[in-house]
Amino acid sequence: MKNTLPDSTGRTIEPPAVESRRRFLDYLLGTSAVATLGAIVYPIIRFMSPPKIIESTESSVMAAKLNEIPVNSGKIFKFGSKPGILVRTDSGELKAFSAVCTHLECIVQYQPETKQIWCACHNGHYNLNGKNVAGPPPRPLEEFKVNTRGDEIVVSKA
Amino acid sequence: MDREVRASLCNLCVLCVSVVKVTRRNNHHRDAENTEVAQKRILNQPALALMVLLMLFTVASAQKKSSCIECHVKLSDPRLSNPAKLFDNDIHRGRGLSCNDCHGGDPNADTSEAAKDPSKGYLGKPRTLDIPAYCGKCHSDANLMKKFNPSLRVDQENEYYTSVHGRLLKAGEQKVATCISCHTVHGIRAVSDPLSSVYPLNVADTCAKCHGNADYMRAFKIPTDQVTKFKTSVHAKALYNKQDLSAPTCNDCHGNHGAAPPGITSVANVCGQCHARQADLFQTSPHKAAFDQKGLAECITCHSNHDIATPSDQMIGSQQGALCINCHTNGDKGITAAAHMRTRIDELNASINKSSEILSVAERKGMEVSKPKFDLKGATDALTHARVLIHSSSTSEVDKVVAPGLEVAGKGYQAGLDALAELSFRRKGLAVSLVFILFLALLVYLKIRQIETRQRIAK
Amino acid sequence: MQEWLDERLPVSALTEMARKKEVPVHRYSIWYYFGGMTLFLFVVQVVTGILLLLYYRPSAENAFESVQFIITEVKFGWLIRSIHSWSANLMIATLFIHLFSVFFLRAYRRPREMTWVSGVVLLFIAICFGFSGYLLPWNKLAYFATKVGTEIAGVVPIVGHTMLRFLRGGDDVTGATLTRFFGFHVAVLPATATVFIALHVLLVQLHGMSVPPSLKDQNVSKMKFIPNFLLRDLIGWILAIGVLAALAALFPWELGEKADPFAPAPAGIKPEWYFLFMFQTLKYLPAKILGMDGEVLGIMTFNIVALLLFIVPFVDSGPENRKRTLIFNIIGVLVLLYILVMTIIGYVT
Repeated sequence: MKNTLPDSTGRTIEPPAVESRRRFLDYLLGTSAVATLGAIVYPIIRFMSPPKIIESTESSVMAAKLNEIPVNSGKIFKFGSKPGILVRTDSGELKAFSAVCTHLECIVQYQPETKQIWCACHNGHYNLNGKNVAGPPPRPLEEFKVNTRGDEIVVSKA
Repeated sequence: MDREVRASLCNLCVLCVSVVKVTRRNNHHRDAENTEVAQKRILNQPALALMVLLMLFTVASAQKKSSCIECHVKLSDPRLSNPAKLFDNDIHRGRGLSCNDCHGGDPNADTSEAAKDPSKGYLGKPRTLDIPAYCGKCHSDANLMKKFNPSLRVDQENEYYTSVHGRLLKAGEQKVATCISCHTVHGIRAVSDPLSSVYPLNVADTCAKCHGNADYMRAFKIPTDQVTKFKTSVHAKALYNKQDLSAPTCNDCHGNHGAAPPGITSVANVCGQCHARQADLFQTSPHKAAFDQKGLAECITCHSNHDIATPSDQMIGSQQGALCINCHTNGDKGITAAAHMRTRIDELNASINKSSEILSVAERKGMEVSKPKFDLKGATDALTHARVLIHSSSTSEVDKVVAPGLEVAGKGYQAGLDALAELSFRRKGLAVSLVFILFLALLVYLKIRQIETRQRIAK
Repeated sequence: MQEWLDERLPVSALTEMARKKEVPVHRYSIWYYFGGMTLFLFVVQVVTGILLLLYYRPSAENAFESVQFIITEVKFGWLIRSIHSWSANLMIATLFIHLFSVFFLRAYRRPREMTWVSGVVLLFIAICFGFSGYLLPWNKLAYFATKVGTEIAGVVPIVGHTMLRFLRGGDDVTGATLTRFFGFHVAVLPATATVFIALHVLLVQLHGMSVPPSLKDQNVSKMKFIPNFLLRDLIGWILAIGVLAALAALFPWELGEKADPFAPAPAGIKPEWYFLFMFQTLKYLPAKILGMDGEVLGIMTFNIVALLLFIVPFVDSGPENRKRTLIFNIIGVLVLLYILVMTIIGYVT
């Protein structure tokens, strides 16, 4: 710019107009730099704070509470992205299996009358060890591990 | 040389060569360049010991003589030589039995007269009428059969005479199926052998040999299109395309030895072997009494018997193309119920499609919607359940499952909307932040210009 | 404040060096920015990578679900993850540009041979980063890409099988492979990269920016590193952030389906684009070349070319030689064209 001149010390003196323009630019630069930094830091902070569902649980899940499942009954629960079936036998023992029928993937249910796991789609039957005992199913149901923690029933992959 | 020994030594050669080939291939993988070394290594293989054992065994077993086979194999008439040639694959041979165990005679004799001596028990070829008894000689004897396979049934002969084939045979009809028509003879394989004529995948074609032949069946005045019809059915698709051996073929509905079409009042029981739910619902529905009274066959009146297609929603309702209007009159209780059930099912179906579509759109645009898609399956389950419940003819039953199904489908739709809203939020956010970023970049550029101007002046 | 630090650390010496640093200004100056851009993108990778580490689980049972969790449940997880994946690709792209620009501008010549060598090492480290990181979501595509990739490593004569077992943590690609790749990706490679980046950047500072031979005799004008060049760098980095944000929002990185070792391979598996030219080459090679296995020959050729890359500054040393320069230029252009053409073919077929 033509209207800046060096003074006796060699430093440039700027006329007031240029000086204020520079200050304005610096101010704008400062504030938008801070704003952009904030826009980068804000998502990072939100990212680090724990989300609503705290874990991507797949390996174990709380299937039911002890008082929710009476003797000789069954309950369907969600195990990760697949359905599972929790059964409480006549003798009070707790067993859990994958609820996906090995024939054509319908969801099985517990039959208290026959004390077996039954698939309504094509009349397939599984015993309480998960073994396919009657009807079309070609393979047994996958068995899960059951543990009780206080009054919670926790099912995990075998 | 005895044919058996020759055959055994042939097999031995083949075994040896294939062992060599396999070992060479395995060794090649490990020492690509050392084929010579690999060849030398064969001598140390345990397979060699196995081959020696096999040699001894085949030579030993070849000692058992059968003059029947030796002679018949050389005859020029295929009707006489085929039995001997086919017998190699027969399950009876595998159990140590031979021609004389069924036909009698003396397998050690070297002349035709001596071998086929009636005093040695020679029975020759049985008449068609006698075939069931011929096979039943062993297969109906529990004491004998349990020596070979204790779990085999021994009532096939009895069952057979309850069948249409058996009854007609007793009455003197020769053109019916007997044991050998289905199981073949001389090359009989176990049911579990995929090459057996009675392996589930082959049963329909075996029955079709007679039942699909219009000329052969002319005198019996029954249709001959069952197998062609069956092959278009959903059961055939499961059996042949999906290789689901639990899907029914002829014998699963008609029985195998006691083969007869089920009576019209017992069709539901037969279908109910697998479709238990539908059968139960039907038995307790008003249709059961109505069908029995009208002499209508259960299940097959709507679903047909051989060409059972995947049922469609069109089958139920009050409009053109529905099956209900074939019996019901417009405005009666039944047809109103049918129309109601159809409306509810259509409603649920439409809701599922709508939700499924919006989730697909969201997915294609890059959103992660696998959880909502999975949850939507619950609605599809409800739809399947509703379609089963129509067999009860009860609108309240259908309503009970459709309502929660609609809820699930609704949730899926909402999830789709949420995903698209999130997408739109991200794009707006992007636009805003890009404005800021570009603004900042511009400012930096202006700053550079400013600094460099000052630097230029300072020079 | 500066005095306090100065008493304890050589701060003023460093700041003086930084203040004095100058960058030549000429018509090829634009290529100077790509080294810094690569470094910036690497920093982006480190930051987003550390953030992802807070939620990622490196086991076959949990990896896929944890990534799914990040992009659906964690706030801005989709953004961090997509930026990480996109920035990886952009970094390798700028790295290649940096490599080729240094090659054609002969910036590897004396005394900068070690800078070049450390740079080639960083190229291989970056490729290892890409290969190991790709498997971490444990989806179908990554599983099979890793299977094929490690299979190719196993084809190398003599050491191939050992290499394959070392990479896979066994004979097959399993959860062991995933854990191992994770270890490489977040510990081994970052540590190695840090060492070599420090070396590389230090050497660049010590030797200063090189001037292309064609301009060496001219009196090139210089600009100060601080603030002029650095501010220009900054514009580039700010724009890069904008590009990454846009890519993450408009073209989010796919997750696909969870890997299933028992399912058959999906049709058309392709490795990431920076491996595509090699992959395509191997597809074209005949089964047998002069009695030797075609695939092995192809892989050995690539390995030899990679080794040749190291010795470039030692071959092109000594006084300026027009013929040698020409040969090198031709080789460079041919290699560049080959990579471009093969990559494009790999994409469209």
